[in-house]
Amino acid sequence: MTRSTWLRLAPYLFTLGFFALWEIACRALSISNFVLPPPSAVWGALVQYQKPLYTNAFHTLWMTSLGFALSIVFGLALGLLVGSSKLIYAGLSPLLVGFNSIPKVAVVPILVIWFGVGWLPPVLTAFVISFFPIVVNVATGLATIEPETEDVLKALGASRLDIMTKVGIPRSLPYLFGALKVSITLAYVGSVIGEQNASNLGLGNLITRASADFNVPLIFAALLVLAVLGVFLVAIVDVVESRMTGWAKRSQLSNA
Amino acid sequence: MTAFVELHDVTHVYGGGDGPPAVEGLSLKVKDGEFVAIVGPSGCGKSTLMKLATGLQRAKSGTVIVDGREVVEPIKITGMAFQNPVMLPWRTTLQNLLLPLEIVQPHRSRLRAHKAEYVARAEMLLETVGLKGMGSKFPWQLSGGMQQRASLCRSLIHEPKLLMLDEPFGALDAFTREELWCVIRDLHAQRGVTVILVTHDLREAVFLADRVFCMSARPGRIIAEREIGFARPRDLDITYTPEFAAIVHELRGHIREARAVA
Repeated sequence: MTRSTWLRLAPYLFTLGFFALWEIACRALSISNFVLPPPSAVWGALVQYQKPLYTNAFHTLWMTSLGFALSIVFGLALGLLVGSSKLIYAGLSPLLVGFNSIPKVAVVPILVIWFGVGWLPPVLTAFVISFFPIVVNVATGLATIEPETEDVLKALGASRLDIMTKVGIPRSLPYLFGALKVSITLAYVGSVIGEQNASNLGLGNLITRASADFNVPLIFAALLVLAVLGVFLVAIVDVVESRMTGWAKRSQLSNA
Repeated sequence: MTAFVELHDVTHVYGGGDGPPAVEGLSLKVKDGEFVAIVGPSGCGKSTLMKLATGLQRAKSGTVIVDGREVVEPIKITGMAFQNPVMLPWRTTLQNLLLPLEIVQPHRSRLRAHKAEYVARAEMLLETVGLKGMGSKFPWQLSGGMQQRASLCRSLIHEPKLLMLDEPFGALDAFTREELWCVIRDLHAQRGVTVILVTHDLREAVFLADRVFCMSARPGRIIAEREIGFARPRDLDITYTPEFAAIVHELRGHIREARAVA
């Protein structure tokens, strides 16, 4: 086989290898299902509980997507605002960093007090946990425009808005997509935390109930579903990214 | 004859504070259609002079007059090219060329309706600098020299009356640089545009310019002015004549003095 075929197969081979090792380790060391179930037991749980897993996964996907969409809209807007003005950048950055340092788990009880148990706390947790990287990256993309580029445009009489739309926004797109990949996984973390603490639905809630029943294989099955959903959404972001900002990767290659 | 660009006793301090001035008591006159080169030791405020003349920076004191009007904001009759070609990588070369037209009036409001006419103009320009048919390529598919040619085209697309070049060939190899000297020489001859070239390459200055100004080290002032009398059009061969070498040598002396003072 050629190197490129290996390269293409590598993700699948490594994943299979990981599960094989896991299975072998569990059997060889005869680890109890109660501590660490082998993949075969997790698969069994997946099949046995496929219906609740399916409905709850769908719910979690919804919560995550909503929270993620909110954080794209607000993150982009705030990032553009912060990146376009040195004053706002200086003023807001301690606030943003401080806000981001707050453990979001601690915020969930407040959300429950405000909105009650339901779909809002998971969505909002997903939102607050995932929007920070977007703000920071978009702002960085805007703030690092080459001074010469700005000079060329300013000497032509370009307004700030011109510079923003002609250069700033296209330039910050690769940064935005970099952030989206981090954010989408964070959004999952957020929605699951929200569901565990303040919802009657979703994988987070399923995990909480499974752990109350000491149903460890089901917990692992739910975690596996989460991982697969995460990979799936990052892959979508990847495709959109290569469509919209292919120039960024190629230009780096050719300048190297 | 009145000057097209005139700086009179200009002092500039960056940040507007009380720091050391970048240029001090700078005076300079450039005639309409003239090609002027400004040389000096590094950090002498050559680029500051450019920013002052285009209105990107406002002088702390003194006056800057371009085309009969005092410069108080960026003037739109200039084109600029820098050492870094600063092409936007998400646009094709042709789209990069059209960028100034999306900003400068009256082109800005005409661009959409008269797209074909402007594209034709851009393609003509590309042809004159030897980039025929390269418009559809992305900048990162071009070599450094080709990008710099494209950058020159972009600085000329809106038919500026004043062309400001800030060490445009500084990052290129010697052969490409000489090729581009000829490109600039021909563009200047064809279009009658006034050119201010900032450079630290004395041969480049003497080959291209009608007059060469030497600047002192910070704070920058003009310490010498030299008419370059070679007939136009000039051939690259003149750079190997003794007369040419003598002028370069003379200018070299001024630069040495300027550096010694600093």
